[in-house]
Amino acid sequence: MSRTFKNRAFKTTVLAAAVISAVGVAQARDQVRIVGSSTVYPFASYVAEEFGAITDYPTPVIESTGSGGGLRLFCNGVGEDTPDISNASRRMKPSEFERCAENGVTDITEAFIGYDGIAFAQSGANPAMEVTREQLFLALAAKVPVEGELVDNPYSRWSEIDASLPDREIAVYGPPTTSGTRDAFEELVMEAASEAMDAYGGEGFTDIRTDGAYIDAGENDNLIVQRLAENTDAFGIFGYSFLEENADTLIGSSIDGVEPTPDAIGSGEYPVSRSLFFYVKNQHTDEVPAMYEYANTFMSEQMIGELGYLKGIGLIPAPEEMREKARQAVADHESIELADLK
Amino acid sequence: MTQAFDHIEAQLRRRHRKTRLLKALSMGALGLAGLFLVLFFTDMLIKGLPAFKQAQIQVEVDYSEQASQLPLAAVSEAVRPLVSRGYLRLIPSRMRDDPALQGTTRSEWVLADGQVDQYLKGHHSKLSDRHRAVVDRLRAEGRVELRFNTRFFTSGDSRMPELAGIASAAMGTVLTLMVTLAVAFPIGVMTAIYLEEFAPDNRITQLVEININNLAAIPSILYGLLGLAIFINFFGVPRSSPLVGGLTLALMTLPVIIISTRTALRSVPDSIRHAGFGVGCSRWQVVRDHVLPLAMPGIMTGAIIGLAQAMGETAPLIIIGMVAFIPDIGGSITEAATVMPAQIFTWAGEPDRAFIEKTSGGILVLLAVLITMNATAVVLRRRFERRW
Repeated sequence: MSRTFKNRAFKTTVLAAAVISAVGVAQARDQVRIVGSSTVYPFASYVAEEFGAITDYPTPVIESTGSGGGLRLFCNGVGEDTPDISNASRRMKPSEFERCAENGVTDITEAFIGYDGIAFAQSGANPAMEVTREQLFLALAAKVPVEGELVDNPYSRWSEIDASLPDREIAVYGPPTTSGTRDAFEELVMEAASEAMDAYGGEGFTDIRTDGAYIDAGENDNLIVQRLAENTDAFGIFGYSFLEENADTLIGSSIDGVEPTPDAIGSGEYPVSRSLFFYVKNQHTDEVPAMYEYANTFMSEQMIGELGYLKGIGLIPAPEEMREKARQAVADHESIELADLK
Repeated sequence: MTQAFDHIEAQLRRRHRKTRLLKALSMGALGLAGLFLVLFFTDMLIKGLPAFKQAQIQVEVDYSEQASQLPLAAVSEAVRPLVSRGYLRLIPSRMRDDPALQGTTRSEWVLADGQVDQYLKGHHSKLSDRHRAVVDRLRAEGRVELRFNTRFFTSGDSRMPELAGIASAAMGTVLTLMVTLAVAFPIGVMTAIYLEEFAPDNRITQLVEININNLAAIPSILYGLLGLAIFINFFGVPRSSPLVGGLTLALMTLPVIIISTRTALRSVPDSIRHAGFGVGCSRWQVVRDHVLPLAMPGIMTGAIIGLAQAMGETAPLIIIGMVAFIPDIGGSITEAATVMPAQIFTWAGEPDRAFIEKTSGGILVLLAVLITMNATAVVLRRRFERRW
C-alpha cells in the first residue's frame, strides 16, 4: 500500500514541477538574448560578461550562429522567444531587412562597433609575401581570363601568375560559404578585382575555384591556424585577431602594398577590412529593459575606444568621429531605413 | 597412402597458417586501436593537465576611496597588468558589501592575469619583457605561484581564460540529463514492456520494431531539427534551456533504452512467468513483481549507456541554441544553459591560446565522468545480472 502511495507522490511531484516550470516560461524576460556572427562573438561575449559582472542584470546569452543565421533568427518576428540583438560581421542585406519587415520587425537600430581585418597569412617559416588583390583573384577564381577568353583556372603555382611570387603550389585554407569572413573576402577581394578587369565586363565575379586549390577549412579559424603550422606551403584566410594572437608562428602578407596592422585596417588603407555591427530590435525596448543598457555599455569608450578593452582582444577601433556618431545613433535608438542599406 | 597423408598435412598447415594470420591481424587491429587511444590520452593529458593549475599573485591591495570608483587604483602600477581584471572589477562591489575593508591596505593572494599564467607554464605569452622580468623577480621572492585551480570547477565560462571554468556547463549537463532521464526512462521502459510482454506479434508491432531500430541509427543532428520544430516552434519551450535540450536528447536516448530494456526482459526465462501464472498471478503482477526486478540491472545498464551517449552530444544542441556563452551558473530547467561538450566546442574556437589548455582540461573532465558512468554500468551488470 505504502509503495503505491510513494509512487503516486513521486509522480505528482514530477507533474507539479513540470507545470511550475511551464508557468515560468510565460514570465517577462530580463536576460538579453543575442545571436549572430562568430567574428563579433568574442567581443560581444566580453561585453556581456562585463555587463553581467557589474550590473544587477543577468549575463546576456550569446549564441554564435554566423551573421546570416543570426539575422534569420532576429527577423523571425517580435516577441519574447525571438532574439533582441543580432551581431553581424557585415551590413544587413536589403533582402534581410525586407524579411524583417514582413515579420513585423520594423524598428531596428544599427550599431557600428569597429573594424576587423581579414588576414592572408602563412607560416612564419617562409619569407613574407607581397600580393595584390588581382593576383589573389587570379589564384582563387573559378574562371580567369587567358588571352581575352574566360577559362577554368589554369594556375597551379603562384609563380605562374607573376614571377615575383614564390614558386609554391597554390593551396589556400579558407572559410566555408556560410561564413561572414568568406562573404567579406569575396566582396572585398574577388569582386573588387574582377570589376577592374575587362574580361568580366565590369561585373563582379565571386566564384571561388573548387578544384582543390582553395580548401574549405570550416568555421573554426583555429583549425586554419593549426594547418598552416603543418603545411608551410599553404596560405590561410581568417580574421585579423587570429593573426595577432599567433604572431609568433604566422606572418600576414601585405595586400596591395599595405601590411595588415591595426592602424592600416582602422584607417581603411588595408583593402581587406570590414565593419562589424550589431542590430537592436527596438520593439523589445520596454519588455527587455537590459537590452539598451547592454547596447550602451558596448558602445562606451571603455569598450570600443582607442584604449578600450576590446582593442586588447583584437577589435580595431574606428576613428573617434565615427565612434561618436555610432554611439549617438544607439543612444537615440535611431532606426534604419531600407535606403540606408543599399 | 603416404600421398593422402601429405595432402592432409599440407591442408592442415594451410589451415593453421590462416588461423595464425587471423590472430595476428586481429591483434594488430587491437594494438592499433590501443595506440590511438594512448596517443589521444597522452596529448590530452599533456595539454590539459596545466589547466588544473592557475597562477596566483600576492599583491598589496589598497581599499581606498578612489579604488571604490576606479578599481584599477587598488593595486600599484607596477603589478597592475599582472593582476586579473576579473579580480579588480569586483573590488567596488566587495567594498560596498563589506564596509570594514574601506581605507585598509591588505596583502592578498589574488588571481593573476592569464598571460602571467601562460608565461609561468612556459607557453606562448603576450607579456612584455619588462613584465616578464617583474614576474621572474616575484617568483624568486615566492610571491607568484601556480596553485590548484578550484575556479575551473566553480565558475562558469568567461572571456578571460584565467576566470573560465566548467561549472555552468556541468550544471547545464546535470539539468539536461535529469530531464532526459525523467522523460526517456519511463516512456522507454513502458514501451519495451508493452512490446515484450503484451503486444501480439503482428505486422504493426513488427513495423514499430523496425522503426525503433532505425531511430537508434539516425544522425543526431536530425533530432536537433526535430526539437527545434516541435518543442521550440510548436510548444514554445524556451530556446537554449535544459528543458528543450533534455527533451531533444530524450528522443535520441529513447530507442537505446527501449532496445536494451527489451533485451533485458527477453533474458528473463519464461519459466519464471509460467510459474507466476501457475500460482494465479495476473500478467501485471508477474511483470511488476518478477520480470521487471529481474531485468532491472540490464535496464539500468542500458539507461546509463544511453545517458552517457546523450551527455557527449553537441550536434543537436547547436540547433536548439545550447551552444552559447553562459557565464552564470543556472539552477532552473527553463533558463538558458550550455552543456560540457558544447563548452569544449566553444573554447576550441577561441582565438586566445590560453584556451587550448582549458579545452583539453574540459575534455579530461568529460572523459572522467563518462568513464565513471560506463564503469558503473559494467559494475551493475556484473554484480546484479543473473545468468540462467
